[in-house]
Order: sequence, then structure tokens, then C-alpha cells
Amino acid sequence: MSKHDMNQGRTAPRRGAQRHHISFKAKSHGWLRHNRVVALDALRRMFLTPVATLMTLAVLAVSLALPGFLMTAVNNIQQFSQGFDANPRIALYLKTSVSDARAEQFSLELMLNPALSGVELIDREKGLQEFSSYSEFANLLSLFDSNPLPAVVLALPLDHSPHMLQALQSELLALPEVEEAQLDLEWIQRLNAYVVLAQRFSWVLSALLGLAVLLVVGNTLRMLLENRRDEILVAKLVGATDAWVRRPFLYSGFWYGLMGSILAIFMVSFAIHLIDQPVTELMSLYASRFELEGLGFKGGLTLMAVGSTLGLLGGFLSTGHHLREIEPDDR
Amino acid sequence: MAAIQFLNVGKRYSEGHDALIGVDFTLASGEMAFLTGHSGAGKSTLLKLIMLMERASRGHVLVGDEDLGELPRRLVSWHRRRIGVVLQNHQLLFDRSVFANVVMPLEIAGYAPEDAARRVRAALDKVGLLNREKHNPITLSSGEQQRVGIARAIVHKPQVLLADEPTGNLDPELSEGVMRLFEQFNRIGTTVLIASHDLSLIHRMRKRTLVLKNGRLISGV
Repeated sequence: MSKHDMNQGRTAPRRGAQRHHISFKAKSHGWLRHNRVVALDALRRMFLTPVATLMTLAVLAVSLALPGFLMTAVNNIQQFSQGFDANPRIALYLKTSVSDARAEQFSLELMLNPALSGVELIDREKGLQEFSSYSEFANLLSLFDSNPLPAVVLALPLDHSPHMLQALQSELLALPEVEEAQLDLEWIQRLNAYVVLAQRFSWVLSALLGLAVLLVVGNTLRMLLENRRDEILVAKLVGATDAWVRRPFLYSGFWYGLMGSILAIFMVSFAIHLIDQPVTELMSLYASRFELEGLGFKGGLTLMAVGSTLGLLGGFLSTGHHLREIEPDDR
Repeated sequence: MAAIQFLNVGKRYSEGHDALIGVDFTLASGEMAFLTGHSGAGKSTLLKLIMLMERASRGHVLVGDEDLGELPRRLVSWHRRRIGVVLQNHQLLFDRSVFANVVMPLEIAGYAPEDAARRVRAALDKVGLLNREKHNPITLSSGEQQRVGIARAIVHKPQVLLADEPTGNLDPELSEGVMRLFEQFNRIGTTVLIASHDLSLIHRMRKRTLVLKNGRLISGV
């Protein structure tokens, strides 16, 4: 008889008590049934000790909510920075003596410049309208007899290398119509660098807090395992495999992780709700219509998947070693 | 065909104590035998070797045609499913009913609930506890608890039934009843090995008796 046959529970015909053969199909159904029963039982057992369960879930939720909140914050900053054109552009402020017609002709001439990929003219009238609608200082304009704003030409360079940009900036500044040429790139680059740094930081923190989740689940399940020691001993005595004995604890880990992550989603949502209004007010000061975004459906699902996977993994790691140690004895 | 074979088996525990020394015997399939000896003679160790609760330090233990020394750890559970075991302390779970205790080996083996329920009731009927299936074992007498343990041991119709001092906590009348149950299972072909130090009971049963003394088999080979 091969070892494979033995694993399937088949034995050679023999004299004596009838051994009942169980088909593969029946075994598969049995496996599925056991999973269903054990999953529900693991859930039921959690509610038998509600206070202890809630405490554990709260710790798990905090551990999952912190990285969840950080990730959301980073996503929002990214969203915010994407609102700005990260491509370098040179703003050419024309002299106030330049007429609108000349400004338009000047912008057309610039389009022929091979170093530029595009040109946009914001004439004085349009500049005034934008300033009036977005700026808090719009009322100051009434103090002027005429429009004080110059026409602006936004020039988009083809080559983004720093030295070429600076050379182009100097070249454009030398043109007689141009009062000032501003290369506006550094601050957005700096912001992007901060976003990358924050992203890395949130990954490191997520990894550390993920480890905390593993430890919390592992410790909780070790206690559960000790509480069910007698049951494990009897199950092993009558032929339960390690996988059969481990299954309830894996489901417990899964439920803890899943519920902890659901609680974490509520925590993150609540935190976002708390800071939503101040952020909106702050953004409006900068003439931005940026709106804070929460975890969202995808983020929530990701947090739930991460939480339940960590719970499952915690269950697997913590019970594996202990289950091998628990062996039946007739004492 | 041999159900259990011990070939020059020795068991030394880590502290250096020799629990079994050069034990040789064969139990034929369908045979019923007693294992006796004073306390510490090695009876429980011998049963543990068959159950793979321990591994032999020397020699070979065979159950059917399987050398247990060569059986990998992952197949220990499979091996235990071939064997029924009755212990003196019953090893029952008091957080569930008699039915739930007895059905456990069938759940592990993957029986369908209806089939398992039918077999559990048949096993409980055999030990005279059909009307107690919903009771918690803690509400039962010691003799009844022992019978629940027996029902659990035979519910999956094992090839071999082992019992370690199954009548240790029972009065003579109940002990006799338990032994009659073992005889019944033996009559339908189950190989039965019972460790007991109750010599009067062993004599009354008139079965082959293996006698251990200080770890050596001195009679019954």
C-alpha cells in the first residue's frame, strides 16, 4: 500500500470490523462543511467574550487605522500636487507698455520658437478676471484707475533639463517685450519630494504596525489555543490532522483581522471627517477648490484584505508551533 | 494475519529510564488479549507506542503491515484513525453533549452529518446510552462516562481497539459489563488489547494475557 493511499484513508481488505470507505467527493463535502461550521463557530466564540474581543479589536483597529490614515493623507497630498502642472513653464510678464494687439502678435511669434512646445497668452483683461474671481484682494483693484496687471505669456519648454531651462529663461528675458521671466518649478519639485518621503515613511510605519497586528492576533490565538487544549488533545487522540485542529484558529485570526480592519475604516473615516472642514477652509485661502478624499471603496477593500490576511497569517504562525507541542497522553 | 507485532522493542525515556526492554509478541487480527503487570511495568508505554504517542527507541512496532518507526509525522493522524482508544480518565469534553463527544472521530474522518448521526446512535445503543445522547457527560456516572468513551472509540469501527485500565474507576459489576462490551466488539472482528491490573477480572475473561515486569514481557508470548 502506498503512502498516498494511506493518506486517502484506504486500507487493504482485512478480516475483522468493517472499515467504511469514504469517497473523495464525500471527503470534499466534509472538508467544505467543516470549514463552514468552524468559520461560524469561530465567529460565535468571539461574541462569547465580548469585552475581551472588543479590546483586541480596538488594538487591531488602531494598528490598522494609523497606516490607513497616513496612506489616505499621502494620497490627498498627491491629489493636491497633481492639481499643479509638474511640467516646467516659464511665465513671461510683459511690459505694461505692450498693447494687447502686440501681446497677441508676440505670443504668435513665440510659437515659432523651436525650443517651445506651446504658448498660452493671458491678456490683461483675462488676467484681471482671474484675479478678481480667485483672489481675496480683488477689492484692491478698485483703487486703481486702470487695469494694473500686465499681459502674461506662459511658455512651455521642450527640453526640461535645468541648464536648458535656465538658458531659455535668459533668452526670453532678453526680448524687448518681456519685463520678467519666471521659471516656476522648484516648489512643486520640493512638494513631490516631500510626498515621496511621506510615502516611504507610511510604508515603513505600515510594516511595523502590520507586525504589531501579527503579534496581537498571535497572542490572542495562543490564549484561545490554551483554553481549548483539552479539545485539541482529544481531537488528536482520535486522529485529527494538524490542519483540522488548526482550522478554527485560522478562522479566528481571519475574523479578528477583518473586524479590526472594518473598525479601522470607521476610525479613518471619522478622522477625515474631523479635518475635512479645516482643510477646505485652508485651501480656499489659497484659491484652491481641493477637496479631501477618504479611503474610498478601493482603499476600504484593501484595508480589509490586508487586515484579514494579517489575521490569517498571525493565526498560522502562532498556532503552528504550539499545535505540534500539544500531543495526547493518557495521564 | 498479524494486527499488532512487537519485534525486540525497547523504549528508553530521555531521563534514562528503560520502560520497555526487548519486547516481542504478535497479536493476530481479530484476537482479544490482556496486558497486565504491576504499576510502572510498562503497560501504558506499550499502548502509547501503538498509538504513536511515543516512538520506540529500539526494535520495530508493526500495526497491520505498517512499521510505525517508519511512519512520517504527517501520517500519525491517519494511523490513529485506524485505532480506537479507551482511557481510564475517559478524556471526554465536558463543554458539549454525549453525542458531540462521540461524533468527533466521524467529523474528523469527513462523514456526512446524517450518516455520522446514524453511526453515533448505533454506537450509543451498543453501550446502552442511546437515551443520553443530549446529556452533558459531566451529568453521567463514572461508568456511563466510560461507556461514552467506549462508544467514541468504536464509532468509526476501528481495526484495533486499545484500552488502558478501562475499569480502573468502576465497581466489579460495571467492570464486568464493560468487558462484555469489549468481547462483543471482538466477536465482530475487532482486535482488542486491554491493559489492566485487575487480575480477577482477567482470569474470569479467560483470554490470552501478556504479563510485563520491569519493562520485560515475561508471559503470554
